Amino acid sequence: MTGLDARRKATNALMLSLTGICTILVASVLFIILGYLAFNGARYLSLDFFTKLPVPVGEMGGGMANAIVGSGKLLLLALSIGVPIGFFGGIYLAEFSHGTFPFIIRYTTDLLNGVPSIVIGIFAYAMVVHPMGHFSTLAGGVALGVMMIPIALRTTEEFLHGVPQSLREGGLALGASKSRTIFTVVVPAALDGIVSGMMLDLARVAGETAPLLFTALGNPFWSKGWMEPTSALPMMIFTYGISPYEDWHKQAWAAGFVLLSFVLLVNIIARTFISRLRTVY
Amino acid sequence: MSTVSLAPGSLHGAPAKQSYIRRLRAGDAVTHTVTLLCASSILLVTALLVIYMWNGSALPRQKFGFGFITSSTWDAGKGQFGALPFAFGTAVTAIVALLISVPLGLGAAIFLAELAPRKLSNYMTFLIELLAAVPSVIYGVLGISLVVPVLQSSIVPFLKKTLGFLPIFSGPFYGVSIFSACIVLSVMIVPFIVSVSREVLMAVPTDQREAALALGSTRWETTWKAVLPYARRGIYGSVFLALARALGETMAVTMVIGNSPKIAHSLLAPGYTIASVIANEFTEATGDLYLQSLIELGLVLFALTMVINAIAQLLVLSTGARLEK
Repeated sequence: MTGLDARRKATNALMLSLTGICTILVASVLFIILGYLAFNGARYLSLDFFTKLPVPVGEMGGGMANAIVGSGKLLLLALSIGVPIGFFGGIYLAEFSHGTFPFIIRYTTDLLNGVPSIVIGIFAYAMVVHPMGHFSTLAGGVALGVMMIPIALRTTEEFLHGVPQSLREGGLALGASKSRTIFTVVVPAALDGIVSGMMLDLARVAGETAPLLFTALGNPFWSKGWMEPTSALPMMIFTYGISPYEDWHKQAWAAGFVLLSFVLLVNIIARTFISRLRTVY
Repeated sequence: MSTVSLAPGSLHGAPAKQSYIRRLRAGDAVTHTVTLLCASSILLVTALLVIYMWNGSALPRQKFGFGFITSSTWDAGKGQFGALPFAFGTAVTAIVALLISVPLGLGAAIFLAELAPRKLSNYMTFLIELLAAVPSVIYGVLGISLVVPVLQSSIVPFLKKTLGFLPIFSGPFYGVSIFSACIVLSVMIVPFIVSVSREVLMAVPTDQREAALALGSTRWETTWKAVLPYARRGIYGSVFLALARALGETMAVTMVIGNSPKIAHSLLAPGYTIASVIANEFTEATGDLYLQSLIELGLVLFALTMVINAIAQLLVLSTGARLEK
């Protein structure tokens, strides 16, 4: 009996410490990634990286200024597509909907969120590149914008649901119409959370490469306007990372460092903010 | 829009006030319509996606039929397109990645939900969820320059020495391989398993634990026999969710798998996945049949992830825990 008890206790101790080891292993990956990128990336980062165009193989120096601007333009387009649609769609789900139709929308939204980004790339190719006959910034922006909709929509809905019912009743009792109540009382109350959610959404598509490959295509020069192909940071990391040239690898490290810093910074700020909001409600 | 509810205004016959209210109501109608249209755009996008990919893959569907999925020849020069090597690569990488990440992720989730103090748990979960935010292409670069060399210098020689008799660890190893892709993938999907499983475990009622402990179970026995079975469906849900991510993962896999459309019996050989072949060949595809075959691959991938995600959502929803986005 004592032998059995000892064995049970030993199993208990062993398995519980194994779960602790699993946690440490998983969490340490983040530090490995951060450390490795900070070590390799920061070394090769210079002012040229932000101000100069890429140079041909063999030449020293050069930067990724066009890719940084390209990423900015793509994200601007993505924002202007994903945020309004997601925002208003979220208002519908939270404020106007009842019955099975919103359930269908909610379910489809979550499914669309799980569609591989490369498939969204095919979608943007079909909708923009194919009819226009050439690759463009616009097509890349559409791909990223479509990717943003599901999360923008669900976050808006989630934070609107967090607004107390009494605020809505207060607005309506003062004689305001429903839409007036929504836009002047309910949305402002949830705005912090919605904005944080949209920032997370933006950070997610900022690192997307696959949907840009056959929409924005890439471009070693400056891209004028919205109708020319453009480069973007994640695409440069991909092209330079798989190239056989040492110089390009260094550039890829620097670009990776810049991209990861942006993504993680936005994530940390937005997530801290959201977790503080959640404790308030 | 019924006028019945406007009774007080109409009773006193105040037309100005009534039209004001009517205008307000019209504002409501506009907001309702606009927001409804935006919400419905989700359905529109999904429908367009299906319609386009179905129409866009008409040629190979007519020419190869089901042979598209069962044929293993992918030769653009001869106009032969078979998806089997890619389907094989996608399935093998995803399954092996799950074999690595499920025990690891579940272990971490158990620690975070059952053992760790709430503050530590939240902090660690925060870190682990940041991992899910790291862009895929960054995992790819790290795969090339960190995972592949480490595998080449120490792990694979060790595996060959100890398990080399197994066919899955036979043959030469060039660095880029199915095995490398599995390792990188497993790291990428672990955060999803941890964060969803943790939510699900934390949703298990405390009664369940107290009952088991009161009967004299150890902490581990409580977790293993009382908590995990209760949270079973949600954990399956998290695994399906991770599976869908693994199947659709493109960039990191493309960078380390070697991109060779052959069906190898060894994990150490290079391979190819559905998502990688689309990423690599879409812009280079010459001729309608080639392009449409790639679109059909996209359709296969889309259908696969849709079904798996649908199952995952239902499983997680059925446990009552809300999905973390």
